[in-house]
Amino acid sequence: MTTTANTTTKTTMTTPAKWRTWLVYAGVALVVAYCLAPFYWMLVSSLRRTSDIFDTTLLPSPVSFDNYRAVFDPSQGFGRALLNSLIVSGITTVLALLLATFTAYAMARLEFRFKRLILTLIIATSMFPVVSIVVPLLKLFTDIGWINTYQAMIVPSMSFALPLAVWNLTTFFRQMPDELEQAAMIDGCTRGQAFRKIIVPLAAPGIFTTAIITFIAAWNEFLIALSMTNRPSIQTAPVAISKFAGATQFDVPFGSQMAAGVLVTIPLVIMVLLFQRRIVAGLTAGAAK
Amino acid sequence: MVDAKTPPDAAAVRPSGAAPRRAGRPAAPVRFRGGQKRATAGSGRMAALLVSPTLLVLTVVVLYPTIMALRESLYGAKGLDPETGFISDTEPFVGLQNYVDIFGEAGDRFWNAFWNTTFFTVVTVGLETVIGVAMALIMHKAFQGRALVRASILIPWAVPTAISGLLWRWIFNSDGIANALIGQQVLWTTEGFHAKIAVIIAEVWKTAPFIGLLVLAGLQVIGKEVYEAARMDGASPVRQFWHITLPLVKPALLVAVLFRCLDALRMFDLPYLLVGAQKNSVETLSMLAQNEASNVRFGPAAAYAVILFLYVFLIALGFVRLLGADVVGDGGTARKAKRKGRLRRAPAPGRAEVSA
Repeated sequence: MTTTANTTTKTTMTTPAKWRTWLVYAGVALVVAYCLAPFYWMLVSSLRRTSDIFDTTLLPSPVSFDNYRAVFDPSQGFGRALLNSLIVSGITTVLALLLATFTAYAMARLEFRFKRLILTLIIATSMFPVVSIVVPLLKLFTDIGWINTYQAMIVPSMSFALPLAVWNLTTFFRQMPDELEQAAMIDGCTRGQAFRKIIVPLAAPGIFTTAIITFIAAWNEFLIALSMTNRPSIQTAPVAISKFAGATQFDVPFGSQMAAGVLVTIPLVIMVLLFQRRIVAGLTAGAAK
Repeated sequence: MVDAKTPPDAAAVRPSGAAPRRAGRPAAPVRFRGGQKRATAGSGRMAALLVSPTLLVLTVVVLYPTIMALRESLYGAKGLDPETGFISDTEPFVGLQNYVDIFGEAGDRFWNAFWNTTFFTVVTVGLETVIGVAMALIMHKAFQGRALVRASILIPWAVPTAISGLLWRWIFNSDGIANALIGQQVLWTTEGFHAKIAVIIAEVWKTAPFIGLLVLAGLQVIGKEVYEAARMDGASPVRQFWHITLPLVKPALLVAVLFRCLDALRMFDLPYLLVGAQKNSVETLSMLAQNEASNVRFGPAAAYAVILFLYVFLIALGFVRLLGADVVGDGGTARKAKRKGRLRRAPAPGRAEVSA
């Protein structure tokens, strides 16, 4: 396969073909620049001093970590906000994964009445406008005194985290060959044992990937966290950053906002790169072939 | 994703509600040839056991609030009762008044938000699709550096929308890099059409790469032979794109576009942080409902939320019914396959991440 591809490229490597190769490279460079430039600008701006934050040079000169120091100034409460974000998205992810693993297994492996309808309904809820549940829940949580609590953010977050996890896991379970389980059951495993001993270990990369996707979705959530809290000590990181205060009311602290933005995004970027590798590694590569 | 699909007739013979016998302990893994997979005795009860916790949670966090929103939208705001002149502690029942107001008194703000939402959805999804497909075609052609492109293309997706809102507010600052690049002094984040443009640019930046990724997954499934055959027949690259590539990635693209549409319809974070709350130029329905709710005007807020919900529902229904978007991706149940007259390719893997 690869050899034939190589020979064809070699034999047809005429001048127009070379041009096309260069064109593709230019395209790739354009795509990479498009994706990275704004992120790069956030990084560069975060490393400037407050006095030269409006510079438009491509590199910060001199490099300064003032903004990062300002972010962790106790008055901003950013460390606490990061912890809040971690708690809310962590618990949301664990709960969603726990429920979704069982449901997704049923969706991928069992035949039962209304399966398609139920799966459609679950997926439909993931497209639900969040504001439609935030409005009534805001009133409910105000009445029962849940405003400024973790559960007031975790419970509504389940509305998008759970369908997302079910859907992703269903795709993963479907991709796994049936034969493995069938073989285990022929060897005397119950379906439950087959699930625990065969499916879960094999699906671990899929479950892990789903956990990351769910975690990122929960971590990035803004509307629920904004609506359900008004005390800084309970706010999640995105809300806290959006409320960073400058010296005066009209002085937006762009530098520290960018620094905090970098701090919130870097863990996700690292996770995304790992998750990419997981996908490539494949789920059952070589297991049933 | 290239596994054999269940033939349409398989669903008819599938004993879906088979009597549960010793739940969780199938007698033997019954397996028929011809697509009849996985049918085991006891599926029904076990499925109920496995699925019900999820359904229960979704009922509590989605269905119940929706019903509450419907009920709430029939109530007015606390405060001065115009008839008695007393301050009431409870919210008065106003019937459909909140909805009537949308077409009258409070109408301007609602319709403005409605058109903003629609405008943003149409323009951003349109641009994202074009840019995303272009990106996918480039990535598909590139043999070296694909890992780098894949990694960088995920960055905009990973940046939290709220953070990207702040980032673009900084880029579109009056003394920011955007103005420096175009050499003009545009006050992007003030009221006006330029604020819409700022939101659209930011939104497209964040989501176009993801459409690109999904389309790329669709492209990689297309066999090389198809293109070779077309080349033999003398089809130009442009014709190949319109007559081979596009029809074959259509299922993957359609689902991606559907999810992007629904996501754009509930847009909140980006205009809220990039431009600000209560700005006419960029106020979306989500922002309007959230703003009303945070001002303790739950009745009108619920009415806006209900209308947004119906709007989203109608768009989704349109996609599934008219365009045949296969969201569930289960391949062929009898009804669907018959209606379309053919089995469709399962959509690209990983589409679930669209809503993230």
